[in-house]
Amino acid sequence: MQTSKSIPGKNISPLLWGLAFGIAFGFLLQKGGATKYDVIVGQLLLTDFTVLKIMLSAVLVGMIGIHAMKTLGWVELDTKSGSAGMNIIGGLIFGVGFAVLGYCPGTIAGAIGNGALDALVGGLAGILIGSGLFATLYPRLSKGILKKGDFGNLTFPRLFKVNDWVIVIPAAMLIFILLYCLERAGL
Amino acid sequence: MEFLTEVRWSPYAVGIGIGILSWLSFLISRKPIACSTSFAKTSGMIEKLFLGGKVARKPYYQKIGLAVDWQWMLVVGIIAGSLISALLSGDFRWQWVPSLWAAAFGDNVLLRVIVALVGGVFIGFGARWAGGCTSGHGISGTLQLAVSSWISAICFFIGGIVAAHMIFTLIN
Repeated sequence: MQTSKSIPGKNISPLLWGLAFGIAFGFLLQKGGATKYDVIVGQLLLTDFTVLKIMLSAVLVGMIGIHAMKTLGWVELDTKSGSAGMNIIGGLIFGVGFAVLGYCPGTIAGAIGNGALDALVGGLAGILIGSGLFATLYPRLSKGILKKGDFGNLTFPRLFKVNDWVIVIPAAMLIFILLYCLERAGL
Repeated sequence: MEFLTEVRWSPYAVGIGIGILSWLSFLISRKPIACSTSFAKTSGMIEKLFLGGKVARKPYYQKIGLAVDWQWMLVVGIIAGSLISALLSGDFRWQWVPSLWAAAFGDNVLLRVIVALVGGVFIGFGARWAGGCTSGHGISGTLQLAVSSWISAICFFIGGIVAAHMIFTLIN
């Protein structure tokens, strides 16, 4: 009896944590204005730097904390392998969609919560169609273009064969200086 | 608790909050925050509803699995979290055409919805091609110093900046 009771609990708990993290993430995105087309496209038109400021400060804080916890042995990294064919071409296709739609997969969920009907009716349907199209073409793509320039699951510390902090500290300083310059430039 | 009803927070407060959230998701769920795979799962689940079990045997759906999981619930949570924030600050409103779009291209709903759909196809296709989106690569991957994520994130913005300028200056 006890095991049959504990099994569903085990399965549900990660889902509830996912929901909780999502609520916090969506709340923050909305407070930052990142659930708005005008803010996202303003970033791509280089007239509003809100999105870059949010992303860079998240990366700065996240990077230091995750690597500190990794050094302490509390967490393990979970990174994605890649290739030039995957990340450059896929990244550029995504970028075009980013500008045309004006939301990305995370912020479109936030935009829907904010009441954006172009996101719900047009954008969401488009993302589902585009994802399905890729799943259909995947067998062909995975043997060809996605393999081009494959570099595996690589991080910068592993690439340069150095201790994490040799990269983390200069990267943190660079991000900080970049944010400082954005503020100084009045952007 | 007045800060909860404010319409906008400083982007740095928001960014620091997301950074701390990334610590917690690694500590508690052993996972980085990411979104776009859930859209591919949803697409597969809808296709399966109409075409049956053979859809789940497509190699890509075998790779990602067609079940509601942690990340799928995270995306549902984003909708709820954004709604809560918008309702608390009175910033919620139904809107078909964003004002920046309307100022450049008019307030025709059908035009905006069609363009959003086309943009969505590129986003969905490109996110799967690159193996992640602005959250998975752009925040979670870059903060782990993953090479694939830095290349992707830079290309998201190169593609986005060029395309946005073409749309708003050349076409308009």
